[in-house]
Amino acid sequence: MRSADVSDGHVQDAAALPVAAAAAVGAAPRAGARLEIQGLRHRFEGLQVLDGLSFEVRPGEIYGLLGPNGCGKSTTLRVLTGLLEPDEGQLLLDGEPVAPGGRRLRQRMGVVFQSPSLDPRLTARENLRLSAALYGLSAAEAKSRIEELLALANLESRADEAIDAFSGGMKRRLELARALLHEPALLLMDEPTTGLDERSFRSAWERIERLRDERGLTVLLTTHRADEAERCDRVAVIDGGRLIAEDSPEVLRRQVSGDILTLEVRDAEALCAELSERFQLAGRVVDGRVVLEREQGHELIPRIVESLPRGRIDSLSMHRPTLSDVFVKLTGRSLGDDAEPASIDEGVDEGASGKGETA
Amino acid sequence: MEQVVAGQRVRPALAEELSTIGVLVRRDLMRFVRERSRVVGALVQPLIFWLVIGSGMSGTFVLPGAGDVDYLEYFYPGVVVMVVLFTAIFTTMSVIEDRHSGFLQAVLVAPGSRFSVVLGKSLGAGTVALSQSALFLALAPLAGFSLSEINWPLLLGALSLACFSLCALGFSVAWWLDSTAGYHVVMSLLLLPMWIVSGAMFPAPDGGVMAWAARLNPMGYAVSAVRRALYQGGLPEGTGLWASSTLVEMGVLVGFSLLALAWSVHICYRLR
Repeated sequence: MRSADVSDGHVQDAAALPVAAAAAVGAAPRAGARLEIQGLRHRFEGLQVLDGLSFEVRPGEIYGLLGPNGCGKSTTLRVLTGLLEPDEGQLLLDGEPVAPGGRRLRQRMGVVFQSPSLDPRLTARENLRLSAALYGLSAAEAKSRIEELLALANLESRADEAIDAFSGGMKRRLELARALLHEPALLLMDEPTTGLDERSFRSAWERIERLRDERGLTVLLTTHRADEAERCDRVAVIDGGRLIAEDSPEVLRRQVSGDILTLEVRDAEALCAELSERFQLAGRVVDGRVVLEREQGHELIPRIVESLPRGRIDSLSMHRPTLSDVFVKLTGRSLGDDAEPASIDEGVDEGASGKGETA
Repeated sequence: MEQVVAGQRVRPALAEELSTIGVLVRRDLMRFVRERSRVVGALVQPLIFWLVIGSGMSGTFVLPGAGDVDYLEYFYPGVVVMVVLFTAIFTTMSVIEDRHSGFLQAVLVAPGSRFSVVLGKSLGAGTVALSQSALFLALAPLAGFSLSEINWPLLLGALSLACFSLCALGFSVAWWLDSTAGYHVVMSLLLLPMWIVSGAMFPAPDGGVMAWAARLNPMGYAVSAVRRALYQGGLPEGTGLWASSTLVEMGVLVGFSLLALAWSVHICYRLR
């Protein structure tokens, strides 16, 4: 569990460093937005899944929608791709109004789904060929694009194998290649790294960042992982189908000023009250743990530990704020992202199929 | 390496629709060619069915009117349509999984319209069903039909329409129910009885509810047209359908195909 481990917090910080440079792009004078979403509303089974969601994605940036499952981020992608009709809302592509899921939008978008969208019985090359045909690439164009993208996905040597036997990471890379075939103006990615192990996660992100830097690719992605959101140029924090906050990860993190102390106890509510009474500490209970935000957190640790009877606290940890903490601060709820099971499906075969397949 | 620019690919809509249809047909055919074991299985099962039921019934079966048609011979056109039916059910079932975690996702977000998705999938699955039934037709001499004496244009026309309409119908059920279990239930409750009263196993009775069920059943016209083609247009007495002729049969099949397509397209647009 991430938040219960001090060192883990530092790992996240390190991972977030390269973002600083990219954040400057976000702050630059506004070019026209690539995609503008205005007042998106959608009700489903009595639930307001999207509640007036508005945001814009600028050309050449990686824009992340961060929120827990059910916050409406995947619904937003479904609306964009036409898999769902919204009740209300406008879309502008490069300043021109487009229908949600309309043909003009679909022509210029590439989509990487969370679930597979390739035919497992066909080879990598065959899959790409069919996709190229869907977007009307000429035979010569398709041929050169396919070779180029197979190289990008690091799959040249296995291009003529049925993808059934591919590892999770290889399939993901092929999905990305497929989505890029027609050189989309906007790439949508739904939870792009779900189920990938740490190594594949990093290489997947390096690949996306390279596409942004070298070709100016514009990306809109959804994630419920704070560490993934840290790598975006700008992040929209989504909760209850609304935009709660939006900025670069750096600026968002400043919302949480100090260190984050997490105390695992059996009676979190009681301890929270006790801390407030004895130390005037305003903590809160999140997922059965007491969470405190505090400058100079390390000085507080001995005081708390010494003042409480032995055995009262199961564990106490401290880390620098992450977007996870920002989310908690903004919504009072956790992202629910710390138990990402990287082992159930793709994670396992990713590890098992071994070497030479990570870029 | 090219830059990703905001430049727009200008392409006529019709070209996009044709590519979508073409890709779906190609994909179903690629899978068909690759899955040899499935192809053989789909051939052996109706063969056994035909031989076991055919020889079991041949002792007791007497065709009202003319008694000189052997049951194996009578049953054969019905089994050909059964091959079409089973292949159509099996091939369109893939729509369910494909739509949420498969190839169809990518097709749906590509520029082509949903009309082309329905048409392409129905044509693709229909072509697979047609190929499968063509394999079974190679056994026609076993039933006493000489391959050189078959009215092939009529046979292929009738089978193509039967394949297409059943696949279009299957698409709508698959899309609408969105569950494999539900799909099986509906398809077997809907299509198996249709097949049984189609004249595949026994001639349609002359009066009563069953007679009307047979007359309203599009599959009956498919079975009748296939039988007609096998007999070079001259049906043995007592095997035909009420008020039927080549024209009526083909008309019904064309109408049924259009209806099934329209219904499926409607479902696909309505239920996103």
